[in-house]
Amino acid sequence: MQTTSEPGLSPAESRDLRSLAGLMIPASEEFRVPGADDPVIFADIEKSIGRDMEDVRKALAKIAELGGGPFSDLDPTRKQATADSFQSTATALATTLGRVILQCYYRDDRVVRSLGLEPRPPFPKGHTLEQGDWSLLDPVRARPKMWRDAP
Amino acid sequence: MAPPSTTRSTNDMVDVLIIGSGASGAAVAWSLAETKMRILCLEQGDWMKQSDFPSNGRDWEARRYGDFDISPNRRARDTDYPVNDDNSVMKVANFNAVGGGTVMYTAHYPRMHPSDFRVKSLDGIADDWPVDYATLEPFFTENDRMTGVAGLAGDPAYPPHQPTMPPLPLGKTGTRYAKAMNSLGWHWWPSDSAIATTEYDGRAPCINLGHCTPGCAQGAKANVDITYWPHAIRAGVELRPRCRVREITTNAQGMASGAIYYDADGIERFQPAEMVIVACNGIGTPRLLLNSASSRFPNGLANSSGLVGKNLMLHPWPQVRGYVDERLDGDHAPMLSIWSKEFYETDPNRDFVRGYTLQFARGTGVVNEAITSASVGHLPWGKDHHRIYRDLLYRRIQIGVACEDLPEEHNRVTLDPVLKDSHGIPAPKIDYTISENTRRMMEHGIVRASDILTAAGATNLYTSRTILNSPGHLLGTARMGNDPERSVVNAWGRCHDVKNLFIVDGSIWVTSGGVNPTSTIQALALYIADSIKQRLATLFD
Repeated sequence: MQTTSEPGLSPAESRDLRSLAGLMIPASEEFRVPGADDPVIFADIEKSIGRDMEDVRKALAKIAELGGGPFSDLDPTRKQATADSFQSTATALATTLGRVILQCYYRDDRVVRSLGLEPRPPFPKGHTLEQGDWSLLDPVRARPKMWRDAP
Repeated sequence: MAPPSTTRSTNDMVDVLIIGSGASGAAVAWSLAETKMRILCLEQGDWMKQSDFPSNGRDWEARRYGDFDISPNRRARDTDYPVNDDNSVMKVANFNAVGGGTVMYTAHYPRMHPSDFRVKSLDGIADDWPVDYATLEPFFTENDRMTGVAGLAGDPAYPPHQPTMPPLPLGKTGTRYAKAMNSLGWHWWPSDSAIATTEYDGRAPCINLGHCTPGCAQGAKANVDITYWPHAIRAGVELRPRCRVREITTNAQGMASGAIYYDADGIERFQPAEMVIVACNGIGTPRLLLNSASSRFPNGLANSSGLVGKNLMLHPWPQVRGYVDERLDGDHAPMLSIWSKEFYETDPNRDFVRGYTLQFARGTGVVNEAITSASVGHLPWGKDHHRIYRDLLYRRIQIGVACEDLPEEHNRVTLDPVLKDSHGIPAPKIDYTISENTRRMMEHGIVRASDILTAAGATNLYTSRTILNSPGHLLGTARMGNDPERSVVNAWGRCHDVKNLFIVDGSIWVTSGGVNPTSTIQALALYIADSIKQRLATLFD
């Protein structure tokens, strides 16, 4: 796993990031998945920030600025408005913050199983790929040569 | 540059010093081994282990944004060097290890076409190469044998050749593409891929790990650390990893005398050599030559033409993606499976010259689907996230437009006045823009790719005109040619200015074709090695 080599988030930053993660990907009973603020998932997010730490801090500072205070202290309506504003005005930071959260959320066993997939790395089991119908090539085989002669 | 100082450790003389162990360095090392000369290769990176590649672990997708990112600037391993690409719409991708960029390539393995070597004669632009397809053909064949290439003979877009293994399966995704292409009446063919589909030269066959680019944990992908290098080392070539070359030195006669490098412990050493071969790619090679300036070569080594670093070509590569109504192969197979050459050759009815390959990709992984869709606004935050994500997962199909990039001198590599690597060696800076001809080509390809995706039943189309940090094809910055005033190396890779200095990597390309370059880079390296062997008695005359 990637781990951060920089000092971790402050408690206040951590609270804000967790609150934002829960807004970004909420738990769903319909799909039987936890939210990104789930304790296990969020612990993975925090320890995996790694080389994105500086940008994550900038993103959280920007969100605090847009919200007029700590994100985790805002009411739900204000949180949503702040998140919308952040996404529309700080695209690059929003992409980074999204990646930091998504890369951990979508490797959680519960989430992966909910997608109908087996929670495992590709190696060593690999996957099966159907050969397909090679007779589809017949009309292409019948074409005349396409390359240009180049004396 | 001055001869080695007394404070610097000096190694024993070698006959041949190769700098860089990637696609071309490995090929030339293996080919020259039969001469029984003493051959040494210095490589700034380290050996990679299959057990360290991302697809061994649950964080396999995340590591593509970390220690296996294709950008050296983000990856920032201690074996990497930084590149200032701020003044370029395309960013640099590479990998620094034994095997070089082949460790991180996608193993799509087309050859250049015959017309690619005769651009001036056929289309009236750029320049012809001093070699042609027919000359390189036996070296393509030899390279295919050493590499192990999956594919299918009979492609009407190419002169006949016989891949060494059966093609990668079509899968659900390839079948959908094939039906769409047949409905349009357009050419398609299973790609030549440097991926083993059967056991080959000690390599295990592909088991569809699906993450070929950041290293194949199975060892089915033909990176040269597991193809050429074991053979070269068994034949007596020495490969010294974690040795970063700072400069090539010259003697009083203006011949290359060796190289100064930093070893794995950071100790500065001098390696004397009778002959030096540079294989550092289209960014690393001009960087090294420019860093080797001296009183005799004030503008950089082998640069009397002024062309070292100029004519950088990067292959603009738009990509169009869409989503179909069923789950396909996703990331459960090698990403690329088929190509189309329908629009490869020049057509006078178009508003651009030259052409492009269409590369048909399967989908992408669970994490990458979420990240890339969120980044372009297709996957929202909030309550609709889960429903929309499930409509995207494994339903993506995407086509890359591999555009030929023509040489322009203003696209160039220079030395950054400030940025340096961890050894204090000036880093490369690139300045690059996309030409008007290429822009027209890109737009043409985007429309055709969209037509194909639509014919394949895809909706929700999205176009990326330039893909960040991709494709990592670094070409043209020390071009070959017969005229010393218009080229850096001659028709067989020897520098016009320094007769015991050779260049074998993608920097010697005259034009870029519209294909992934590795197969042709290696065929050229084998051709140059053969030229050296044929001329041993008069090599430096």
